[in-house]
Amino acid sequence: MTAYLLRRLLYAIPILIGVNLITFALFFVVNTPDDMARIHLGAKHVTPEAIARWKAEHGYNKPLFYNDQASGVARFTDTLFVQKSLRLFVFDFGRADDGRDIGREIASRMWPSLAIALPTLLVGLAVYVSFALLLVFFRATYLDTAGVVLCVVLMSISGLFYVIASQYLLGKLWNWVPISGYQPGWDGLKFLVLPVLVGVISALGESSRFYRALFLEEMHKDYVRTARAKGLSEAAVLFRHVLGNALIPILTGVVVVIPRLILGSLILESFFGIPGLGSYTIDALQAQDFAIVRAMVFLGSVLYILGLILTDLSYTLVDPRVRLE
Amino acid sequence: MRAWSWLLALLLAACGSPPNSPYPSGEAARNVLFSNFGPSPPKHLDPARSYSENEIVFTGQIYEPPLQYHYLRRPYVLEPLTAAAMPVVRHWDEQWRALPADAPAQQVAYTTYDIRIRPGIYYQPHPCFARDAQGRPRYVPIDPEALRRIRRLTDFKEVGTRELVAADYVYQIKRLANPRLSSPIYGLMSEYILGLKEYGRRLEQVVKDLPEEAYVDLERYPLQGAQVIDRYTYRITLRGRYPQFIYWLAMPFFAPVPPEAERFYNQPGMGERNLSLDWQPVGTGPFYLAENDPNRVMILQRNPYYRPDFYPREGEPGDAEAGLLADAGRRLPLLDAAIYTLEKEDIPEWGKFLQGYYDSAGITSDTFDQAIRIGPDGRPDLTEAMRARGIRLTTAVRDSIWYVGFNWLDPVVGGSSERARKLRQAISIALDYEEFISIFLNGRGIPAHGPLPPGIFGHRTGEAGINPVVYRWEGGRAVRRGLDEARRLLAEAGYPGGREAGSGRPLTLFFDTMASGPEAKSRLDWYRKQFAKLGIELVIRATDYNRFQDKMRKGNAQIFEWGWNADYPDAENFFFLLYGPNRKAGEGGENAANYANPEFDRLFRQMKDMPDGPARQAVIDAMVDILRHDAPWVFAYHPLSYGLRHAWVGNVKPNLMAHNTLKYRKVDAAARVAYQQQWNRPVLWPAALLAGLAVLGVAPAVLAYRRRLRAGALERARP
Repeated sequence: MTAYLLRRLLYAIPILIGVNLITFALFFVVNTPDDMARIHLGAKHVTPEAIARWKAEHGYNKPLFYNDQASGVARFTDTLFVQKSLRLFVFDFGRADDGRDIGREIASRMWPSLAIALPTLLVGLAVYVSFALLLVFFRATYLDTAGVVLCVVLMSISGLFYVIASQYLLGKLWNWVPISGYQPGWDGLKFLVLPVLVGVISALGESSRFYRALFLEEMHKDYVRTARAKGLSEAAVLFRHVLGNALIPILTGVVVVIPRLILGSLILESFFGIPGLGSYTIDALQAQDFAIVRAMVFLGSVLYILGLILTDLSYTLVDPRVRLE
Repeated sequence: MRAWSWLLALLLAACGSPPNSPYPSGEAARNVLFSNFGPSPPKHLDPARSYSENEIVFTGQIYEPPLQYHYLRRPYVLEPLTAAAMPVVRHWDEQWRALPADAPAQQVAYTTYDIRIRPGIYYQPHPCFARDAQGRPRYVPIDPEALRRIRRLTDFKEVGTRELVAADYVYQIKRLANPRLSSPIYGLMSEYILGLKEYGRRLEQVVKDLPEEAYVDLERYPLQGAQVIDRYTYRITLRGRYPQFIYWLAMPFFAPVPPEAERFYNQPGMGERNLSLDWQPVGTGPFYLAENDPNRVMILQRNPYYRPDFYPREGEPGDAEAGLLADAGRRLPLLDAAIYTLEKEDIPEWGKFLQGYYDSAGITSDTFDQAIRIGPDGRPDLTEAMRARGIRLTTAVRDSIWYVGFNWLDPVVGGSSERARKLRQAISIALDYEEFISIFLNGRGIPAHGPLPPGIFGHRTGEAGINPVVYRWEGGRAVRRGLDEARRLLAEAGYPGGREAGSGRPLTLFFDTMASGPEAKSRLDWYRKQFAKLGIELVIRATDYNRFQDKMRKGNAQIFEWGWNADYPDAENFFFLLYGPNRKAGEGGENAANYANPEFDRLFRQMKDMPDGPARQAVIDAMVDILRHDAPWVFAYHPLSYGLRHAWVGNVKPNLMAHNTLKYRKVDAAARVAYQQQWNRPVLWPAALLAGLAVLGVAPAVLAYRRRLRAGALERARP
């Protein structure tokens, strides 16, 4: 297994270089360093000299990929791409265009993102699996039909509606919880109620239907018939046997979302005023802050690669037949 | 169900303050203002760099330039802030011989501003001023071991202060040329401040030879245009004459920065902790930034060392009746702190304002109908719901203009030919901005008749102020000329019915914009319809911000919309947008229309050096007449600023030029607490209802579950 993990980690290096290259090319196809300078310098009194100074200050006064003014290896290394990309591989994200340290920002913003995403994932998973198992338990009855209809209705509603409706009802009309905001520590629990609730409900329809389909497929297998023949209760059949055997697709879905836990949710963070990484990325895109965009894409790629490796590892835990070689 | 209700009630009671309060218990009872910022946090709080409105909300309270705008008097009047008196302005010829104040501009080679500041002004508490027993800086150089334990500024245990001196102002002027700071006004100021351009070039060389982030000791490099005369006096020397420079002295760009602060922040390890002047300002103002988490909250705290400063004793007529002089002579600031919370979306912001958790709010298009009703006389007023909550409305005309520009370089709409001029005039009549303001701004704007907004010297009201090309005066008010006049002008321009007279081809014009999204689409459709009234086909060329700017710089746009917020309340700051040598194409200036008229340019040069008075008014009138005749812009509108505040907030008078108005604000915290309690009582019956519905929903499931459990395996196995 160690050899397998090492191999997967080595595969990650060309993937990360490729992702970085694509991000770099896409960003600079849309924006030139001059454009970035103008955005940062504002609309007034922007002179060519000011643009040149800004570029020099932020290291954007080098050629993108090839420096014909340099000699030897420096033709390739004294370029924007190499100067701005290499440090990422040691997780040195550098400074944002406003001078703030990106690594520090990521470290501080990661926790608010996790504070919403982790409970949303855990509570959501428990709710979706339980609800799906209940639907399976009542399959082909009016309760199952009603549950599926409810799922379809929930899926059909925009996520934004849940946000606005919950803020209006629970925050504004009934005055139960703050409409938005964030506070670190236990005092901040009241701020998490709404976003977690919205996060769970907005995915209830889609996830429950998915899990229901998984469980229904398992219900027709021989081991279920055997379990019933042994006289096990339906609850024991479902929660002990069906759930256990359906864990591989569940894990595939769950572990892959781990990067999203850290990288944050744009809509939830934005509407509930959560200072997480989702809003950090979007703000950077709007401000054309390439340093942050590049760092976040790189971090996202690393987390996805790690997530996929963890998924593989988790298979060995839930299915003894799986071996990583 | 009873257990549910009890649990909820217990939780609510445990909170102390209303359970939906976003603040810790008891916070509302403090002498604190609650506000918000966003959608993006400020990027720069360094006074050499900060130029955005969302930044000056903070820097304006922390940094003190030598001058300020009087809070109450109108038109806007400058007065000393840290200066002991208004600057002494003297003019000199090329040989440094003194000239009289009214010397012709061409004779004036230099202008000096001698500014004497008041003694006894002290900086906010800050670790950069901390000294050890020997009087050496406590944290410069900082022990790397000690720095390892530092995460934020408050982790420094020792702080200090020192008296403000003239050298701090000179130091900041030098900072404008520091290439590491990329000050947005360096380019402009280097045209005026003597030696600043050369100083900037010299610093570029200095910085090149220094390691990254090393301290640049500006005190080692003298600047000819900014010199210390004595401990409390400094002199700024300008090339030629630039009367509008006095307004810059009321902006944070010219506020003092202590060199100790820069030396303190420029130590290794500080930057990676986000400890910098951009992050943690150091000023002498009434407030200092006690907490700066721009991702969540920013807190301005009363500066304990703030000098005696008092609420103005006089204002303009009506101020006393409005209660704006009730605190005359009281020591400032009136608040202990101001807490700004990040709000990225309008809906939660509005909700919290209505709950009383924000003391004031702006009005967006989404909330306009809830807050404002337009009376039969066309005047805005609060809705009943707002009145019932005691909410107050303030309105003010912003010192801004929005316009539709014609590119003077364009062969169809540009240039000084009679044909192009009549085409532009026809379009000016057809674009019905009364309708635009009603549809898209909910009435929050006034149609513009020229480049100058009301309140700026030179603006005329009444019949004398109307644009006769577009309006006529009827029944005591300006009435837009009819489409028949526009069509006549269009025909005279060679486009009868919107078609080229010779070929009969339809006239197609191009509107360049960076607007996108559904809201922009309806606005662009409106433009199409306005042009269609004359039979002109308007093609929208929408693009992104970068491409649009690129087109403008290259002079490739044809018709475009643009706006301008004044830096200072002087006509020069609007007319320079149309000054020929200031064109955008080729010169990179602010004249986006690339307009050029030698007579207008001559008058501009004359007007900009004149003091306000009848002679200047006459020149301004002549300039406005030229612009109305040439019509390089369709003068669209001057936006109106609407603000709402709760009854417990006092001393609010819109002052769109002053940035340091927080020190005048006051709040009645007891009234705020009472209102918040009244408006935010938790409603518990929905909890009981939800619990009941849950029971009703779960009961059949439980029954069915039991029935299933009792069923045999074969029955359970059925699909």
